[in-house]
Amino acid sequence: MDYSRHEHDVLVIGSGGAGLRAAIEASAAGASVGLVCKSLLGKAHTVMAEGGMAAALANVDERDKWETHFADTMRGGQYLNNWRMAEIHAKESPDRVHELEEWGAVFDRTKEGKILQRNFGGHAHPRLAHVGDRTGLEMIRTLQDHGVHRGFDDYQECTITRLLKDGDRVVGAFGYDRENGQLRVFHAGAVILATGGLGRAFKVTSNSWECTGDGHSLGYRAGAELIDMEFIQFHPTGMVWPPSVRGILVTEGVRGEGGALKNSEGRRFMFDDIPPLYTNQTADTPEEGWRYVIGDRDARRPAELLTRDHVARCIVREVKEGRGSPHGGVFLDIAWIKDKVPNGAEHIKRKLPAMYHQFKTLAGIDITEEPMEVGPTTHYAMGGLRVDADSQMTAVPGLFAAGECAAGLHGANRLGGNSLSDLVVFGKRAGEYAAAYVNENGRGTVSEAQIEDAHREAMAPLEREDQSGGAGPYAVQFELQDMMQEKVGIVREEKTLAEAVEDIAALARTAEGIGVMGDRNFNPGWHTALDLRHLLSNSEACARAALARKESRGAHSRIDFPEKDKEWGGFTVVLQQDSEGNMEVRRDPLPPVRGDLQKIIEEQG
Amino acid sequence: MATAKFKIWRGDASGGEFKEYETELTEGMVVLDAVHQVQAEQAHDLAVRWNCKAGKCGSCSAEVNGQPKLLCMTRLGDLNTDEPITIEPIKAFPLMKDLVTDVSWNYEVKKRIRPFKPRAPDFEDGSWKMHQSDVDRVQEFRKCIECFLCQDVCHVLREHHMHDDFIGPRYLVYNAALEMHPLDTEDRREDLRKSQGIGLCNITKCCTKVCPESITITDNAIIPLKERVVDQAYDPLRKLVQLVTGRGK
Repeated sequence: MDYSRHEHDVLVIGSGGAGLRAAIEASAAGASVGLVCKSLLGKAHTVMAEGGMAAALANVDERDKWETHFADTMRGGQYLNNWRMAEIHAKESPDRVHELEEWGAVFDRTKEGKILQRNFGGHAHPRLAHVGDRTGLEMIRTLQDHGVHRGFDDYQECTITRLLKDGDRVVGAFGYDRENGQLRVFHAGAVILATGGLGRAFKVTSNSWECTGDGHSLGYRAGAELIDMEFIQFHPTGMVWPPSVRGILVTEGVRGEGGALKNSEGRRFMFDDIPPLYTNQTADTPEEGWRYVIGDRDARRPAELLTRDHVARCIVREVKEGRGSPHGGVFLDIAWIKDKVPNGAEHIKRKLPAMYHQFKTLAGIDITEEPMEVGPTTHYAMGGLRVDADSQMTAVPGLFAAGECAAGLHGANRLGGNSLSDLVVFGKRAGEYAAAYVNENGRGTVSEAQIEDAHREAMAPLEREDQSGGAGPYAVQFELQDMMQEKVGIVREEKTLAEAVEDIAALARTAEGIGVMGDRNFNPGWHTALDLRHLLSNSEACARAALARKESRGAHSRIDFPEKDKEWGGFTVVLQQDSEGNMEVRRDPLPPVRGDLQKIIEEQG
Repeated sequence: MATAKFKIWRGDASGGEFKEYETELTEGMVVLDAVHQVQAEQAHDLAVRWNCKAGKCGSCSAEVNGQPKLLCMTRLGDLNTDEPITIEPIKAFPLMKDLVTDVSWNYEVKKRIRPFKPRAPDFEDGSWKMHQSDVDRVQEFRKCIECFLCQDVCHVLREHHMHDDFIGPRYLVYNAALEMHPLDTEDRREDLRKSQGIGLCNITKCCTKVCPESITITDNAIIPLKERVVDQAYDPLRKLVQLVTGRGK
């Protein structure tokens, strides 16, 4: 067999914010680290994050503190969150922001010369440290530039197809280089999955080609549990026109800076429906909302800054009831603030430079003059691998997960800005605990039989005769995306979810018979055929979990069960592979919230 | 449905040719959409890099009708679709396959540049005081998405292949971002002059013209860096002090 072999203490799979932070930490602990990047280093999906990184620095409003951030995160997640993760996250994110500054990040500043923070949905105070609307780029570049001097090895444009085990324990991974099809065996004492999201399972998405949920499915196949897979965040504001850019993200920062959502009648419809959990925190009128945006501490947040799940549903309602924009979205107007601030157009361009550029170039729209057309786009998976809150280890020894492919912090709905902080808070922890795990347990051994099996699996699409009737990998992927959008999208019901499970099984059978054209040299057809297995497995997990949860909560909406159900509020849906290789669905009771934290939640009501 | 023709470079290091493909046009389509459509329908193994499709990651750099562009931010509506549109890989780096080049040299260059070295924090919580006006200039440089289009058009790299002697505009901007960072205490001027070839840049501004982030590479980064390097290396007063004391070389 033609493969190269690599030895590391810790193997990190994924090189976005979480993977880079994990690699830095594990290296600092003295471990020999390999970092696998599916794309080139510095291009991972973190680069697209726009609005900011949530941390209770209290630079703009001194009333902010970790307790408030914790309570906001729990409320946003409809209390399905892992409370210990929410606690750690709220307490540690300020240190992680300062650490980025120490490593060279240059955040926007307050008048006093501190790190500036902006308003975002579901956060009680201005909390997001940011750089215009390109905060993700700042984060990934800072981590990358700091990381390359820390001594770890990177493997760029390398895709992992399978985890390797020694008994119950994970001891490595098998993969290939996209460039030339070179196969690689990684032997490592611990593996950290930091592979990000799975948005490519849907047609309209803000996610890049990479986001096929490789870590979700690699971990699942290695025996780890998936939780909260029914909760897919549909970001309320993606571009809707022109067709080729549909789904590209429009940052929540637009609303944080005062952007108004309007329907075709010009009405700010978000003020028409305020959920009970948020009535005390939300402005009664657009006028009060604007006062909040400009820093009036007695004013409450504009309704546009309600949580993403709710805003997305309101947009769908407006469109469905015939009050949408010409291309099937609603209007997002930032130009209106021009009358309210000096040098209005310049102010908008300075606060939202990437949005200005994006609309100008791709849609021919000047956002300082005209409203944008926006609609929901698949954005983030709250669901993922179940991990221990402190160490980020899954139930499989030696297998860790951090960032979007891990679950727990966000519960039923993630607050904007909590993702970038999640990446570095838990990336650091995963790196630290993985290195410690290797110190205690050594590296284990990898059997040749497993390598042979993984080798066969990776090469199959190139070697087998096509039995898919010429469908090819792209056609199957498109069919899956259309189906998921329609049947497992924003609004769900029993019948179509059940159909989705059947459809996925049928598509999986077709995918098993795909033979691809070309050879191993940079062949996207082959890559797509291999990524499809992850997409199908994750789609099945989403559909089955959505079928199981018979209520509407957070990002999960069932038209046949439109209300929140008190009993379901106490359970997590868990998916795990059984001994036959089938997906087993069960529900586990949530552990009670620790007393002092429960008290914080009640006090922050 | 309207269609357009595309001449796309197909081949690898051993050779290749333009192949013509015809595909349907839809409203607002960008060149990357056309490449993906061809890939999905006619050439499954057509190699192209991309990630964000929103001009933020800098992966899909190529040359469209001879112009260095991000494929994802180039609208077909802005091109003449009556004639075939040529799409070929960038030229300053070795070809891997089709539209994909080996850009690993850039990563090696970056590793050689002295990393950020901040002064001690101003506050007990480990933070610093910096005003917006102090960071505006550095923030401009930090907008860079590392698409390497500036490297692609730089004569020193593209025509003269002086990759061993010159780090290219991207890494001059990177140096500028570090040198002008209000907290940085490192000195990179000697490296710039001796091993990084800043003197080889003859400020033709080709890099500035193609930057998709509109960074004023030449005027704001390279020229001020050149001035700093010159001040250090050829300051007559300093030279005199060196001669007298025999130190400071």
